[in-house]
Amino acid sequence: MNETVTVLLDALPYVLQGAAITVTAVVGAMFLGLFIGVPLAVGQVYGHWTVRTLCGLYVWFFRGVPILVLLFLFYFGLFNFMGLNLSAVAAATVVLGMTSGAYQSQIFRGSILSLSKGQLKAARALGMSDGLAIRSIILPQALRLSIPGWSNEYSIILKDSALAFVLGASEIMARTHFVASRTYQHLPMYVSAAVLYFLLTWAGVVALRALEKRVRIKGYVH
Amino acid sequence: MANMNTKTPLMRVHGISKELGGREILRSVSLDLYEGEMKVLIGPSGGGKSTLLQCMNYLLVPDRGEIELEGRRVDPRKARELCEFRQHVGMIFQDFNLFDHLTATENVSIALRKVKGMSRAQAKARAKAELDRVGLADKGHLYPAELSGGQKQRVSIARALAMDPKVMLLDEPTSALDPELVSEVLTVIRGLAQNGMTMVMATHQMGFTRSLADEVLFMQEGRIIEQGSPKDLLAEGSGTRTLDFCSQILDVEGAGA
Repeated sequence: MNETVTVLLDALPYVLQGAAITVTAVVGAMFLGLFIGVPLAVGQVYGHWTVRTLCGLYVWFFRGVPILVLLFLFYFGLFNFMGLNLSAVAAATVVLGMTSGAYQSQIFRGSILSLSKGQLKAARALGMSDGLAIRSIILPQALRLSIPGWSNEYSIILKDSALAFVLGASEIMARTHFVASRTYQHLPMYVSAAVLYFLLTWAGVVALRALEKRVRIKGYVH
Repeated sequence: MANMNTKTPLMRVHGISKELGGREILRSVSLDLYEGEMKVLIGPSGGGKSTLLQCMNYLLVPDRGEIELEGRRVDPRKARELCEFRQHVGMIFQDFNLFDHLTATENVSIALRKVKGMSRAQAKARAKAELDRVGLADKGHLYPAELSGGQKQRVSIARALAMDPKVMLLDEPTSALDPELVSEVLTVIRGLAQNGMTMVMATHQMGFTRSLADEVLFMQEGRIIEQGSPKDLLAEGSGTRTLDFCSQILDVEGAGA
């Protein structure tokens, strides 16, 4: 028992450094997903049919292929082929971000479609171009409505980020595995990792819930 | 109004046709709108009133026909020309269509800033002035969800007025309101009419129409089938379709406003 406690305490700073890497990758992937997802959603709702088709293909591809396959495909395949020398963490962030972009686009698309069409009409009637109306009227509302879906997406990416372990990224899972296999304290180490993931999920969901409240529009019930 | 026909019309709608979902909604509708004039569209639902109004600022692009504002024909395929044209033609919707994420003041000021390029302070001052004009000076900080229907519609009127439109199109502005809120909106519209705003309004408010309309257009099945002064069309015993229709709605709605 004492040995277990010693191992856990010794491993804690090491695994927490891994947690910092995990969080960096997840936050990076969330934002990359946001920057990919918003144009994809706008393209799918308002675009010409060619744009809609292209956006649809992107979503279809990234939703249809397992993340593990994508990680290998991009890290060992495509990035190498393109001569990009990305670290395992960076590569995982990019792949998770691109995948998340596909999922996030569907969250945003749903939010955009849930807004009344009349607001876009009213914006046009005031002389706004469609681009301006989407930027200043549609997206500010759609993004607010997307926060609950976003916190779901956060918890999914956080857990998927454990897959970066297979690329050799030195995140929570890799470090836990390393300590566990050297000390043979498998059960306590993986339980700790599970608790750590749980706490990170919880913290993120709480933070997003706070954001949701903060940007809420008074009296607005959707 | 006596010299009306000697002047050129402010807005000219010529031979507008529109099909929606395989159904002919408008069949070659034309009208000339003179400065300071108030035309009222009445007729059964599905008759094309709302479609005509939406075609008049190209929220719907007509299949045929053209629209001129101050003698200039508008080409709806040119995005910039279209946005410019729409700034001059204000639109009031039945269900207000306020921007839900913006306060009343911001609802009015956003297009001033982003379309007209006013500074934040200028736009805010103008928005306050317009809200004051519709009797909502103290409601500027409220969001649409915090306003009553009548207040929302007045904000939407302020929002349209702030753009200094040459023409206002009103699509049943009081139809979505609780009965006790109708008069506050009609009062604002009456004020506009008396100040010489050029307007086309679809409405079933017959009392209002009688007292303020320069011309009544009765629409049915996508055509204007009767037009004339309210006095002529609504005179007892005139035997017009307009009178017939209006007596039907008056039976349902009581005396009207």
